[in-house]
Amino acid sequence: MSWYVLRRVGTSLITLFGATIVVFLGVRALPGDPAVALSPENNDPAVLHAIRVRYGLDQPLPTQYVVWLGHALRGDLGTSPKTGLPVTQTLLERVPITLELALLALLIAVAIGVPAGIVAAVRRGSLPDYLCSTAALGGLSVPHFWLGILLILAFAVHFPIFPASGFVPITDPAGNLMHMALPAIVLGTGLTAVIMRQMRSAMLDSLGADYVRTARAKGMTEWKVVGVHALRNSLITVVTVVGLQLGVLISGAVITEQIFIIPGIGKLTLDSVFNRDYPSLQGVVLITATGYIVANLLVDLTYSLLNPRIRIAGGAR
Amino acid sequence: MTATAAPAARPRTRGGRTRRKFLRRPPAVIGLAGVVIAIAVAVFAPWIAPYDPDTVQPATILSAPFTGGHLLGTDDLGRDILSQIVFGARASLASGVLATLLGLLVAVPIGLLAGYYRGWRDSAISRVIDVVLSFPFLVIAVGLAAILGPSLLNEVIALAVAQVPVFVRVVRGEVLGLRELEYVEAAVVNGAPDRVVLVRHILPNTLNPLVVQATVAIPTAIIGASVLSFLGLGEQPPTPSWGTMLSDAQQYIAQAPWFAVFPGLAIALTTLSFNLFGDGLRDVLDVRMRS
Repeated sequence: MSWYVLRRVGTSLITLFGATIVVFLGVRALPGDPAVALSPENNDPAVLHAIRVRYGLDQPLPTQYVVWLGHALRGDLGTSPKTGLPVTQTLLERVPITLELALLALLIAVAIGVPAGIVAAVRRGSLPDYLCSTAALGGLSVPHFWLGILLILAFAVHFPIFPASGFVPITDPAGNLMHMALPAIVLGTGLTAVIMRQMRSAMLDSLGADYVRTARAKGMTEWKVVGVHALRNSLITVVTVVGLQLGVLISGAVITEQIFIIPGIGKLTLDSVFNRDYPSLQGVVLITATGYIVANLLVDLTYSLLNPRIRIAGGAR
Repeated sequence: MTATAAPAARPRTRGGRTRRKFLRRPPAVIGLAGVVIAIAVAVFAPWIAPYDPDTVQPATILSAPFTGGHLLGTDDLGRDILSQIVFGARASLASGVLATLLGLLVAVPIGLLAGYYRGWRDSAISRVIDVVLSFPFLVIAVGLAAILGPSLLNEVIALAVAQVPVFVRVVRGEVLGLRELEYVEAAVVNGAPDRVVLVRHILPNTLNPLVVQATVAIPTAIIGASVLSFLGLGEQPPTPSWGTMLSDAQQYIAQAPWFAVFPGLAIALTTLSFNLFGDGLRDVLDVRMRS
């Protein structure tokens, strides 16, 4: 077990190291001179040279990378030329907003996806199964940004129940929830579909397993068979899938936050691209990749704890 | 004497059986029909569209559907929305299909090498794939589109790169299983060079999961392309695209909701068709992803 954990942590660190190189080189591949971006009003060569020296842009790329990585490891991701604020401070303010949005989306997805998946599996081939499966495919097919526009049209323009856009800090819980409701529904729709399909598939596997047949043969009630035995085993798969959906949630947050003007890291990503705010872009992409790698690691380790076959196979390799 | 009806001939070939199984699934058939219609609309756009999609008509700005001879209404410049959607199908489908094909073209050789040779090559490729996978699909696509600049070609490249890691994993997973099979070992023992083993014996057997994965990837790429156009990083005006239409429609959402509803419906119906078709194919081909 410890060998499997060490191996898995090792590969995650290598992946994270690779991600830092991609982030560093990727941001430098963006069109435009960062020195010009830092001084858009004054293009005097002497000023631009001074900026390059000050920010180390005159150094060779490997040197710039080592310096940047050293600072990043100490929590210093530079200063945004657009806002004048440290990138780390901006991220600390914005990450919780996206996390809240993702958590609300996840809650909606689990609250709808898990029961729908169970019903679809237990009533396989019936009308509820057909309806749930079709709705799930619909959820996967509807583009986030279009759904966002439709919800604004319905629940902010025609029936003004929710605000069309904007954000209220969590210090005002009611206002915060009102502003987060529509974005969370938009972000949760695709995830609901994924969870419903996974739940249905896992439940069908469980319901066909020998232990369920044994439980039924022993006279256990159907409620107990489904609710206790089949559900418990199916949830392991679903928990894993939910963990691996972090990337999908962040992808969705990029466009959802843009439509609803929510100041999270999704909107920061796009704003940084459009404003050529390289330090912020570097920081936000790095934090996203790190979050994804760590979430994957935690999911893998949790799953290996729950399913011994994984760690045995992993350790034997 | 009564005539007895001859029993329906059962298809003997594997292809015939697969076709029969597919046709027994109404959602899959509906999906296939939707895909065929979408492709036909894109190909025959000049003959289907009632108007030139670029013709600006100031007199009919934001006309409601079914008025002034415009079935789906007009946009903020008085252009016919139906014609824009019909021509927009070209950019959206081209992005989805070309990005998937380009992604496959890059990913298949990499996946074959990683799965067949294993060892350091597999480890190195797998680590690179892990790194790329650590960036969300849209972050890769937006980042690359920003680096390359806004155009249809760059949109295709950005979406293809974002698709590559998943394809590599699918191919690698399949090859890892296939290389242990007896017929592959027999080919190796008989002295077949690696190239022959890979191309003639292994590659054809990875096609089913790849086809299924491609039908999942195309709608993802279509939505990705719409997002890039929506953000101004994809196909540029005046070429019609569904994402650009939605972006333009956002500011008129209260006055002219149809301007936002119909292009989005086109995206949703197209991606739904591909998803239904892909689900049907996966069931019929009995593909279980081993990635």
